[in-house]
Amino acid sequence: MVVVTTSTDPNASETVVTPGGTRIERSEEFIQLLTPTGERVEDETFSFTHDDATIAANLRHMVLGRRLDTEATALQRKGQLGLWAPSLGQEAAQVGSGAAIAGLDEVIPSYREHAVALMRGVDPLDLLKTFRGTAMVDWDSVATRFHLYSFVIGTQALHAVGYAMGMQRDGVVGNPDPADNGAVLVYFGDGATSQGDVSEALVFAASYQTPTVFFVQNNQWAISEPIEIQSRIPLYRRATGFGIPSVRVDGNDVLAVQSVTEWALDRARRGDGPTFIEAFTYRMGAHTTSDDPTKYRRREEEAAWRAKDPIERVRTYLLGRGAVDQAWLDELDAEAEALGVRVREGALALPEPRLEDYWALTYASLPPALAAQRDAYLAYEASFEDADGEGGR
Amino acid sequence: MSETMTMAKALNAGLRRALEADPKVLLAGEDIGKLGGVFRITEHLQRDFGADRVIDSPLAESGIVGTSLGLALRGYRPVVEIQFDGFVWPAFDQITSQVSRMRFRSMGRLSMPMVIRIPFGGAIGAIEHHSESPEAYFTHTPGLVVVSPSTPLDAYWMIQQAVASDDPVVFLEPKRRYHEKGEVDLTEPPLPLDAARVVLQGSDATLLTYGPMVKTCVEAALAASGEGRSIEVIDLRSLSPLDEATIVASVERTGRAIVVHEAARSGGLGAEIAARIQESCFYALEAPVLRVTGYDMPYPPSRVEAQYLPDLDRILDAVDRSLAH
Repeated sequence: MVVVTTSTDPNASETVVTPGGTRIERSEEFIQLLTPTGERVEDETFSFTHDDATIAANLRHMVLGRRLDTEATALQRKGQLGLWAPSLGQEAAQVGSGAAIAGLDEVIPSYREHAVALMRGVDPLDLLKTFRGTAMVDWDSVATRFHLYSFVIGTQALHAVGYAMGMQRDGVVGNPDPADNGAVLVYFGDGATSQGDVSEALVFAASYQTPTVFFVQNNQWAISEPIEIQSRIPLYRRATGFGIPSVRVDGNDVLAVQSVTEWALDRARRGDGPTFIEAFTYRMGAHTTSDDPTKYRRREEEAAWRAKDPIERVRTYLLGRGAVDQAWLDELDAEAEALGVRVREGALALPEPRLEDYWALTYASLPPALAAQRDAYLAYEASFEDADGEGGR
Repeated sequence: MSETMTMAKALNAGLRRALEADPKVLLAGEDIGKLGGVFRITEHLQRDFGADRVIDSPLAESGIVGTSLGLALRGYRPVVEIQFDGFVWPAFDQITSQVSRMRFRSMGRLSMPMVIRIPFGGAIGAIEHHSESPEAYFTHTPGLVVVSPSTPLDAYWMIQQAVASDDPVVFLEPKRRYHEKGEVDLTEPPLPLDAARVVLQGSDATLLTYGPMVKTCVEAALAASGEGRSIEVIDLRSLSPLDEATIVASVERTGRAIVVHEAARSGGLGAEIAARIQESCFYALEAPVLRVTGYDMPYPPSRVEAQYLPDLDRILDAVDRSLAH
């Protein structure tokens, strides 16, 4: 059983006794390949095998993801979205893992993986429909292999394991040609690890050795609850008890995240079973736009994490080695601006839903009682129309 | 071609035929493999179809239903066994928040062809949590089909129709009737899955029931006929959607309706049926719609379950009260 703890200082772990007397094992050790100041460091277990072009592509995805997120947050503040779940600060965790997807892999997200959605070709305006309330979840999860967002915390972990059980039965695991293989990459957060469904998912995955990679974005906060309320040990160590190899990675280091996720997905596709990755990151924004983090966390903490920004370190690194120049970065900013404009204008132009269309989505064929309900609704609505046939309500 | 068999055997034969007909059909549940399930409904199916298609699951109902959802997304048609009615609640969130609405929340792009088999109801002398009637929780959930067979014939065909359905089906098996025998025509299904059946024709009152209470109602109707009363018995078969046309046609004719179920009364399926009858048959009614049900308490100890459950005498008493109007 491989349990990759760390390649850095093993003494970094400490036991803390909180004022309430709770003993908590704290540790910030993790796999890191690019420091917050943009310097490459080596790790004895994991190495980044891709060229600068891959890193530049990751930077592009992170910048676009952040722009979508910033724009959507602004739209919510202007009253144009009912809600938004910001991904600010988690771009490296999302893009690094998203860049590891290959072969026949499938992604099962929670509700915050906007950067991965963009990478999978989901139209950002389709993402926004859910948050504007013009549709339920309106993208083609089969074509994009990016499954529907789930809003019940942790529920999707079980779906991911079941889907992976199906892949085992379809013979798309362990084939000689890697292109014929696939795995399921499932996202959830630190709060979700407390859900029974996540524990059950780990049980099923271990039992059947499914090709599943559990990717936990530990952004330190489950709305207002700090990680200490979810776990007394570092999260990745939870998986050990289920017999699942696990690793913790600097979630703000896109190189390390990609390397670790590639390793885990490779294992899964080969038929070596599930892996649990804890990406140690930080939710720089609010949980959702309904949340107010100033009520429960310190400015000093936020400032410390801002210094570990996932995008800035990659920009510094690539500029420093001449892999990109200012003109390239300006072009990227222009592309991000264009995305922002498209999102801003497109959100306002999303077609309004019609309630009468929703009865037909309930069953494969409409039962008579539901058809009667819909018809009564339509007749009622029609009773408000004036002589010109214009809606009167 | 027909055969005499128990309901347990009919379900087993129906599942076997579903497994033969479609390689995407899978069975999952606790103890369903070598043991064949605690009621032996899946006996020998793992032996004959392999452990990849007849899956012994870890003891986690939410996990069983949640992973089956994932299998269905991958194109499989999982048939899940919940060991006893009282153990479905850990899976309730997956069933109501996810399985029931996958078509809806995907804007019609995805379907959820899953069957959730639940042995349900009392009268088997069991301890707590083994005699529940949870149907109203599921009939209240849009997107779920909820059915219950009352005979070996229906059990054999309805399980196959449920497996073939592109909607999720909660399949309630009346466990007290598992070992009762009946004639099963193996050539063609007698009715569609969503149709009710008029089991006995009559003109004075209509008994509306399903699952374990069908036999009890038929016995009551036959006893009443000895006193010169002509009682119609309808086996609803499909609890959601309801076959309203068959219900309404009968009550329009008899003018009297009595709903019978084991489940507790308040907020039960009987309330919904009574409401619909009063909306549709108001001017045909000669008496209030009555309900003969379990009482509004948790399922009691087995030594008093005979008093708790509707039986022939309580049904006849309700018939008398209805006819007294």
